[in-house]
Order: sequence, then structure tokens, then C-alpha cells
Amino acid sequence: MTILIDENTKVIVQGITGRDGSFHAKGMRDYGTQIVGGVTPGKGGQDLEGIPVFNTVFDAVKQTSANASVIYVPPLFAVDAIYEAVDAGVGVVVCITEGIPVLDMLSVYHYIQHKDMVLIGGNCPGVISPGKCKIGIMPGNIHKEGRVGVISRSGTLTYEVVNSLTQAGLGQSTVVGIGGDPVKGINYIELLKRFQADDGTDTIVLLGEIGGGDEEAAAAYIKDHVTKPVYSFIAGKTAPEGKRMGHAGAIISGGKGLAADKIRILEEAGVSVLDRPDIMGNVIRGGQSW
Amino acid sequence: MKIHEYQAKDIFEQYGIPVTKGSMATSAHEAKAIAETLGCAVVVKAQVHVGGRGKAGGVKVAHNADETYAVAQNILGLEIKGLPVKKVLVAEAVNIVKEFYVGITLDLTVKKIVFLVSASGGVDIEEVAAHHPEAIIKVYIDPLLGLQPFQKRQMAYALFTQNEHIHQAMDIFEKLYHVFCSLDCSLAEINPLVITRHDESETGRLLALDAKVVLDDNGLIRHPELEALRDMDVVEEEDEVEARNNGLTFIKLDGEIGCVVNGAGLAMATMDIIKLFGGEPANFLDVGGSSNPNKIVKAFQIILKNPKIKAVFINIFGGITRCDDIANGLLEAHKQMDIHVPIVIRLAGTNEEQARTILNSANFSAYSSMEEAVTQVVRLAKGEQA
Repeated sequence: MTILIDENTKVIVQGITGRDGSFHAKGMRDYGTQIVGGVTPGKGGQDLEGIPVFNTVFDAVKQTSANASVIYVPPLFAVDAIYEAVDAGVGVVVCITEGIPVLDMLSVYHYIQHKDMVLIGGNCPGVISPGKCKIGIMPGNIHKEGRVGVISRSGTLTYEVVNSLTQAGLGQSTVVGIGGDPVKGINYIELLKRFQADDGTDTIVLLGEIGGGDEEAAAAYIKDHVTKPVYSFIAGKTAPEGKRMGHAGAIISGGKGLAADKIRILEEAGVSVLDRPDIMGNVIRGGQSW
Repeated sequence: MKIHEYQAKDIFEQYGIPVTKGSMATSAHEAKAIAETLGCAVVVKAQVHVGGRGKAGGVKVAHNADETYAVAQNILGLEIKGLPVKKVLVAEAVNIVKEFYVGITLDLTVKKIVFLVSASGGVDIEEVAAHHPEAIIKVYIDPLLGLQPFQKRQMAYALFTQNEHIHQAMDIFEKLYHVFCSLDCSLAEINPLVITRHDESETGRLLALDAKVVLDDNGLIRHPELEALRDMDVVEEEDEVEARNNGLTFIKLDGEIGCVVNGAGLAMATMDIIKLFGGEPANFLDVGGSSNPNKIVKAFQIILKNPKIKAVFINIFGGITRCDDIANGLLEAHKQMDIHVPIVIRLAGTNEEQARTILNSANFSAYSSMEEAVTQVVRLAKGEQA
């Protein structure tokens, strides 16, 4: 079992004729994902190597019965793309786009609260259930089918950890990059709930970083609701205060969002917090002390 | 992005918020000319991006044009919390009856815009929040509804008693909210908002004595004209600006190991591991998701400016970023400049093998294990033999 997506997920690509959209549409299809269509306004009727292109998400869903979408459109058009996908009834919307203004995301956040769907991102690498379905930009070949669930705010840091899991012989059920922005779709708690309930997941890895209070909220949830073992790494112990460390959400301000506080609170909730990400696989397998 | 008070006041004025009259000056001569035009007593205020200007002697009253010259000359020679004062705002001095605080910001815990207002204005609002939280009224705005009239009434009646003031305040709240949303702000603040009057026979009117605006960096794409407000004079950030103009995110730190990494999370983790292994990172540098080899050349130019650098660590986990592009960029950098410190490379992910072939042909080698690479770069930075 997996969470969110599996071999039956049918995906459309919003912005499929753009540079990133077309490149990753092919990459996802090569991985084995069912890419059933794409959307670019004005290019309906064309195709990208056999993948049909539609003018609207509504048309694409009607014609293909897609139940997931992935968004590769520029930042000022991304929220409209999200609303369009939600309106068309898409169940899982993955927004890869980086740099969406935060006020736009505030409206999205409140709009989707009562909708029967899941938004992943923006500014995220996407989601993958290895061997079944990949929606996003992550390198598929470092993943392996298995029973570890991974949740992360960062892209390449996730690859580092997934690689370490795979090298240690530990596959992954589903890996979700929730994104580095302060206001985003699905967050740690909802995913912890799903991994806890998932028969195909034995162990959960939670990768966090400085800034905000999401890891602290996750720790509180873990303490009360998660019985599966949780491992973690928090990036940014050496980050200075008041500087935005690349991600819009990764900033320590007014002494809040410090790595040390997050680590302490996670440990108090029973989470095993490692001081480096590259040994995650060996530690979980029990082959290395820490 | 922070902007200066004089710039924020220009914006407030455009949106119809009453502000004190005045202009920015970069010299005592200019300051004097502004005071002459205003024809009244003035306040000369240092324009630097730090708080506590008043306590540091950066805000002073001058009663006439000659005095303005002397005061401006004094303030323009100051350094406040390490920042040299290069600009002053010369604004009309007004008679203050009472001071208030009005601010709009984001509460990321509940993902809403929040108004903060208080009758305790003119002081550090964080102090008020810490010691008298009950003195601050918070009004949360539903992003799908926007600011509602009842919310403006709620705040205005809490702060003011006279009808004229209540109506002016509601108008100012509306306009400040308009500034906040229209320009993608993360903070729009008036501290203090004052009641001013010439003599006791008047009811007085509301006026913004100070203005503070912080813009959401992600919002600037919608307002390219605001990019012109960026202060290029801030010496400390010169490299950071150069990096940003080249699509890199760079933050200087105190150590001796220069870092070139793809992705913000991995870049932070790399700094953490260097420290864990006994080294000190000299910078945070995220080359971003693109593979342009020129970015690597630029990254080297920026980090090698730091005289403290003893070694450079390139840590790439290829996803969108292709390792072969990074390798080509590195060879190009090597060709273009004199790299006087050892370089340790760690590559994994997309096109790793092609990258190794490229590097080997130029007598470079790359690690695939993070642990081996970090051990090596820390050793080299300490001047030990490989």
C-alpha cells in the first residue's frame, strides 16, 4: 500500500508545453506514471509525443478521467491553475512552481480547507510511490519500493535521505515533498495521519528545517497519535538569525524557528533525530549507532 | 525586502494616507534646502534598515534651516548598529496630542492577515506585546472576505472617542490594508499614528509620523517597479545582491570552507555536517534548480572574494540539476580564474557518470559519499595533507 498515489493514479500536466512541463511529463511517463493528458490554454488538440493536450483542466478531466494533476506554470499563474484543478474535481494537485507570492497562497489555503482534495506544494519536488507512480521532478532511479514513508520540506535533502535508505536496502512506500514555502497545501500532520493508517508503511522519516512552527506541531501530533517509529533530521543548525536560507519559509526570526528547539521538541515526542541526513538508512536498519 | 521610511511614506501618500510633509536628503546642503521649503521646525531622521534609530541619535529636531544643516551633518556621519547613515528624511515637526500603533502583518500559524492596533504607540511594539499583550488588539482578516467594515469599526472605537478621529481611522485602516494587499507586503506599519493639532481649540487630525513597509520577495515579480526601491548602498549585502542577480542565493558566514550546493535544504544540511566534522562553513550558497554552467563560474567568483576561504566544497545531488553541467561549469571556472584553494567535489544523482568522465579528463576527481568528501574538505581547510 501507499498513500495519496498508486499505480491507478491518472495524471494530467498543467503547463505541459512549457520547458519544464514537457521535460518532466516525459520523465514521469518514462518512470511508468500514467500521464493521460496535459493542459495549455490555446494548444488544445495538439499532442506531446502522443500525450493529448487540452485547453482547460475541465476538458482534460472529462476526456481522460484524470484524478491527479501536476502544475508547472509560472508563479503568477500558478494559483489560477490550482483553482482550476480544484474546480474540475481533481483529487490530488501537486504544485511544483517556486516563488508564488504568499498572499496568493493565503487565499488558496483557506479555499481548499473544505474541499475533498489534497494540494501538495507549491515550491515542492512532488510525490512518488516508488515503482507505481511519480508526480514531480525527483530522480526516480534513487527510489526503491518498500515500507518507509518520507515527508520533507526540502527537495535535494530528500534525495540525499532517500538515496541513503535505498543504499541500505530500505525501500519507500511514498515520499512526499511538501515544499519550502510558509503557506502551502498538505502539511506534516495530515501526512503523519495517513502514514500511521497505511498498512504499507512501517517507519516514518520526517525531514524538517529552520523557520516556522510546523515541526513543533508535528511533534505534538506524533506524541499523541503516531505509534510507528519516526526518524528525523532538521537542517539549519548553523544558520544565522534573520537571513532567509533559500526557502521562503526557512528563516529564524525573533528567536523562533531555531533548529535546536525543533530537535528538542521532536526528541521529547519520542522521535529519533539524527545529526546528519546521509546515514539515515543505516541508522534505521540498525547497522550504525548514533 | 525592506524599504526606507521615506519610500514607505511616498507609497502611503499615493494611497491617500496622511503623512508628514518632507523629503529625503543625502547631504546637509540638501537637508537645509528641504527645511527652507517646508518653512517650519523639522525632524531629521536617519534612513537605515535597523530599529532603535532614536536611541542611537539618528532622529533629531531642528528649529530652522541652519540648525537642520548642522543636525543633518551630524546624523549623516553616524553609524547605527554597524550601518553608515547615507540618507536622512527631513520631515515637518508636528504637535503631538497622542500616539497610537497600527500594523498589518501575516500570522503564519493561522495563515491569515492580521491587524494589530494599540493605544500604546510610539514605542517598540514588541516590548508592548511582551509586557502588556492586553494593550494590543488583534483583528484577523479572512483572506476570502477581505477587511470588513465591522472590523474597521471594532478597531477605531477601541482606540478613539471623537467621531472625526473614528472616521479618519477607519479610512486609514482601509487604505493601509489596500497598500498591504496591492503591493504584496509582509508588513505595513504606522508607528506612531498621531493625533495632531495646532492649538487646543481644534479637534485635531490623524497623521502617520513614521512608516514601515516590508515587501514579500516572491511578490516583487508582480511589481517590478518596486525593485527600484532596493537599497544598493547597504555594503554588507553587495555579494548577496550580485548572487541574486545571477540566480544564486548566497549568505556570507564566518568560517573558512566555501560551499556550493544545489537546493536550500541540502545547502543548510551541508553547512551543518561541515560543522559536525570540525570545520566552519564560510557561506550558504544555493545554485538553484537550473543547470546553467555559468552559474557555477559566478558562484566561484563570489565565494573566492572572501579572503578567509581555505577550501571549497561542491556538494551536488542532481535532480533537475544535472551533474555534467556542474562539472562543465567547474572546468570553465578553473579556466577563467586563478583558484588558489583546494576544491573537494561530491556528486550524486542525475548524469553522475558523465560528470565523472568530464572531471577525470581534467584531472579532477569526485566523491560520491558525503562523509568521505566532508572529512577531506575539513582536513584540507585545516592545512593538513590529503
